[in-house]
Amino acid sequence: MRLTCPNCGERDIREFTYQGAASMLDRPDPEAGPEAWHAYLHLRDNPAGVTRDLWHHGCGCGAWLVVTRDTVTHAVHAVELVEARDAG
Amino acid sequence: MRFSGWRVLKEGLTGNKGWSPHWRNPDPKTEYDIVIIGGGGHGLATAFYLAKEHGLTNVAVLEKGYLGGGNVGRNTTIVRANYYLPGNSEFYSHSMKLWEGLEQELNYNVMHSQRGIINLFHSDGQRDAAVRRGNAMRNQGDDAHLLGRDELRKMLPYLDFDTARFPIYGGLYHPRGGTARHDAVAWGYARGADERGVDLIQNCEVTGIDISNGQVTGVQTTRGAIRAKKVAMVAAGRSSQVAEMAGMRLPIESHILQAYVTEGLKPFIDHVVTFGMSHFYISQSDKGGLVFGGDLDFYASYAARGNLPGKEQVMEAAMTLMPAIGKARVLRSWGGIMDMSPDGSPIIDHTHIGGLYLNTGWCYGGFKAVPASGFALAHLIATDRPHASAEKLRLDRFETGYGLLDEEGTGAQHNLH
Ligand SMILES: Cc1cc2nc3c(=O)[nH]c(=O)nc-3n(C[C@H](O)[C@H](O)[C@H](O)COP(=O)(O)OP(=O)(O)OC[C@H]3O[C@@H](n4cnc5c(N)ncnc54)[C@H](O)[C@@H]3O)c2cc1C
Ligand SMILES: [Zn+2]
Repeated sequence: MRLTCPNCGERDIREFTYQGAASMLDRPDPEAGPEAWHAYLHLRDNPAGVTRDLWHHGCGCGAWLVVTRDTVTHAVHAVELVEARDAG
Repeated sequence: MRFSGWRVLKEGLTGNKGWSPHWRNPDPKTEYDIVIIGGGGHGLATAFYLAKEHGLTNVAVLEKGYLGGGNVGRNTTIVRANYYLPGNSEFYSHSMKLWEGLEQELNYNVMHSQRGIINLFHSDGQRDAAVRRGNAMRNQGDDAHLLGRDELRKMLPYLDFDTARFPIYGGLYHPRGGTARHDAVAWGYARGADERGVDLIQNCEVTGIDISNGQVTGVQTTRGAIRAKKVAMVAAGRSSQVAEMAGMRLPIESHILQAYVTEGLKPFIDHVVTFGMSHFYISQSDKGGLVFGGDLDFYASYAARGNLPGKEQVMEAAMTLMPAIGKARVLRSWGGIMDMSPDGSPIIDHTHIGGLYLNTGWCYGGFKAVPASGFALAHLIATDRPHASAEKLRLDRFETGYGLLDEEGTGAQHNLH
């Protein structure tokens, strides 16, 4: 598996650290209540197929990335900067 | 058909014509009292104990592939009871006791070999942690011994004791730990369940779970609809997909774990040995292959095969710990789909839906758990009360924050175990 970082180009997977489901970006409101926080912290869709997850390019530009990929085939469909998402 | 030394001898002398299949291959009935989704170690053991301990035999195990084709046939077969936290400690201790009687109970040779496990430590801090763990194991009634460097050198002369980076200080020795033949465990439980009347149905994928008024009523499968009063979800790495059929989202991420085996070698490694400075463990199979593994690949995956960096980590650790291994050739490597929970510990519980039970979160350690997990889940299904050995393996511990079972002390968060 190789990831194409928007800043750095195609790189070996060892340059990246995996964090988990991209749903981690959708932090609930502090007052959203325990159920929302439980769902955010612990529950996962965990799809067999296309997923979106967070990777950190620690040995490259240091950016956080949202990777759209297939958990069954390991095909990588898209790599986007979290920053770009937050700006948009 | 009972197995015995006498029987093996007789069949050997008469052309092996008297053996019969180990289980029937029935078509599914339209209704059962209990349906178990998943014919891995845990599903098969659950069916066995339902029949044996509770006399419940109107039971079907539905397996989408073939029996034992999942993680139960892909693991590195280590069996141990060296957990630290109350909750895990009594559960794995119970499992070890069941292991010790398993071959007699199943009349099946599962090649359970209590060759001992040695967890190496490489610093003062790790030694303190090993002492603490060893004391917890002994308090639980299991066995643990602290070995110093000199004793260890005699037992494991093939290790590199003096690497500048990770010198070996000693090891925590768990003599009752060891290995077992993984396929035989699945087959033994399958045969025992089938003999008692349980239907083992292969090539039967569950595609839906029927629920009406908050109560489970049956399942949809690729071999037709099956009604059931109780349904247990025991799908290991596929737990999230199965639970989704009941409208549930689980605290589970599925990750890939790889393992490796070398060509057959003469006896060389007598125990199970684990490295304390990088995730690496090794044993030698009865056929002579060195069986070893290490960390997860650390990204969500259902591919049942890993990437090269995972292999590199394991090979580097192997070479650091026992340079002699460099001469052995790796025959095969493979991967399995691990049902990782946020705290690294399992779940055996009922769900909020009546008659629907959940068994998941085995992470990379569910093989040793097979007997106790089947025993506890059977108890839960039969009596609707948790078995004492497994009452802390609750689904709601993440929601309440009460009773988390974080053995590693890294936090009850995904991707930390
Ligand atoms: C490389 C590796 C090394 C390991 N090493 C060890 C070890 O040394 N010691 C240890 O204790 N543990 C170890 N484990 C972990 C252990 O193998 C697992 O935790 C355990 O086997 C999981 O439970 P199971 O046997 O029931 O799973 P599985 O055998 O995976 O059973 C689940 C079954 O459910 C079936 N299924 C899924 N979805 C459906 C559906 N919709 N309908 C019907 N059936 C379905 C699957 O086909 C599968 O057969 C290891 C795992 C791996 C991959
Ligand atoms: Zn980059």
